[in-house]
Amino acid sequence: MPKIRWGKVLLFAACLTPLCWLGWRAWNRNLTANPIEFITHFTGDWTIRLVVATLAVTPLRKLLNLPSLIRYRRPIGLFAFFYGSLHFLTYIWLDKFFDLHDIVKDVAKRPFITAGFTAFVCMAPLATTSTAGWIRRLGGKRWQKLHRLIYLTAIAGVAHYYWLVKSDVRLPVLYGTLVGVELAYRVIVSKRRRPAASRVRP
Amino acid sequence: MPIRKSGDIPYSEVTPKAVYLNRRAFLAGVPAAILATRFARAGTKLPNLVKSPLSTTGEKTTPYNDVTTYNNFYEFGTQKDQPANLAKNFKTSPWTVSVEGDVAKPRKFSMDEILKLAPLEERIYRHRCVEAWSIVVPWVGYSLSEIIKQSGGPTSRAKYVAFESYYDPKQMPEGVHAGIQLPYVEGLRLDEAMHPLALLCVGMYGETLPPQDGAPVRLVVPWKYGFKSIKSIVKIRLVESQPPTTWNLYGANEYGFYSNVNPTVDHPRWSQAKERRLGEFSKRDTLMFNGYGNQVASLYAGMDLKKNY
Repeated sequence: MPKIRWGKVLLFAACLTPLCWLGWRAWNRNLTANPIEFITHFTGDWTIRLVVATLAVTPLRKLLNLPSLIRYRRPIGLFAFFYGSLHFLTYIWLDKFFDLHDIVKDVAKRPFITAGFTAFVCMAPLATTSTAGWIRRLGGKRWQKLHRLIYLTAIAGVAHYYWLVKSDVRLPVLYGTLVGVELAYRVIVSKRRRPAASRVRP
Repeated sequence: MPIRKSGDIPYSEVTPKAVYLNRRAFLAGVPAAILATRFARAGTKLPNLVKSPLSTTGEKTTPYNDVTTYNNFYEFGTQKDQPANLAKNFKTSPWTVSVEGDVAKPRKFSMDEILKLAPLEERIYRHRCVEAWSIVVPWVGYSLSEIIKQSGGPTSRAKYVAFESYYDPKQMPEGVHAGIQLPYVEGLRLDEAMHPLALLCVGMYGETLPPQDGAPVRLVVPWKYGFKSIKSIVKIRLVESQPPTTWNLYGANEYGFYSNVNPTVDHPRWSQAKERRLGEFSKRDTLMFNGYGNQVASLYAGMDLKKNY
């Protein structure tokens, strides 16, 4: 019998909890006076939270010296894409009713939609190439390069949120700060590593 | 759009508030104690309401529960569900409204005086938020012009009317996070303010206003975006020049002084062509002047409404 990885079970349960909560509220007809707006915001909130969580894995495993955390990065990232897809679906279905013309106009004309759309589109190839097979096919280096698209997703996602709110920017600023710290960590690490690498080179 | 002939739906046909509160509380398992406080704070019935001929007909009114749990009242939080909770203990008595500036007889009105100043009418209006959602509410009040007339009427210098909301950071601790300048201020051109549709509102659904909907007295200007309908008014000042308005101060390119409902002029960040009526699944087309063009379009004759948004 395969060994049960309790960490992953817990992670899956945690990541599915928001969806269950949403389903429970829908079942109880408790989605506020504007259910479609509520669903849109709810799925959007969880997308950005999970994107922030995905980006937190690498710094945390280094800083806490817990290299095994890496195994959680892919599922968290895939859940971010999952909630992002629900968010996108809510938009094209419940907000736009699949009116392609209207959607294209929206994406082109409204910066916050453009940003949100960019964030989502960048996630799609990452989800597709998240399997071991794709890592092999692309080769580790190229795969890693491609997956840096997540940085763009995070930045565009924060911009999307920031441009959406009317005047209370506390939450978008909070997510923006977290993403900023996560990206700054990577910049610092890569800067430190580079001179060291050049030293070993003959 | 289906045209309903039913006209005004009498409140006797609507589920009584007590009954559905009971049902909801039961379903949600809310402790009886919470229910008790909700009852204690429920609006007081306003007697002798006259059905106004200015009421909008052919619209189904939005359920009371939606109108009281989905609010933009940034002094009590920027999330829609916050005002219903955070405004619960808002102190609205004693309350006075000062009518001042360029009126013949500037004076202060107590809330009792306001309630008796003119016959209270029930007026059903469509209410369209700048965020592209809408509701239909049976407001209670009388034309704003009444209180201006009771203050001696405008002097020849008066060209605009400036309004100011109550602001007390102690009672409204969320106000500091609103991101907008408070106290909230709004304004109308004098002819807009004197238009019979502009309503000085003291109640809704036959009762006094709940705090989250702008108790004890607010403005309702049905042909303009909702944020023009300033809540919890303490000052009405007639002035010579166009007064500052809160959302215009926040973003002049997004929120104009006029802010008439106009499906052809988009908000820079979203379209105003359609709206979602709370309780409906599909969106409906937004109407010019929110459907009140017959009454108010003449106020803007010759004006470029794309420029004067």
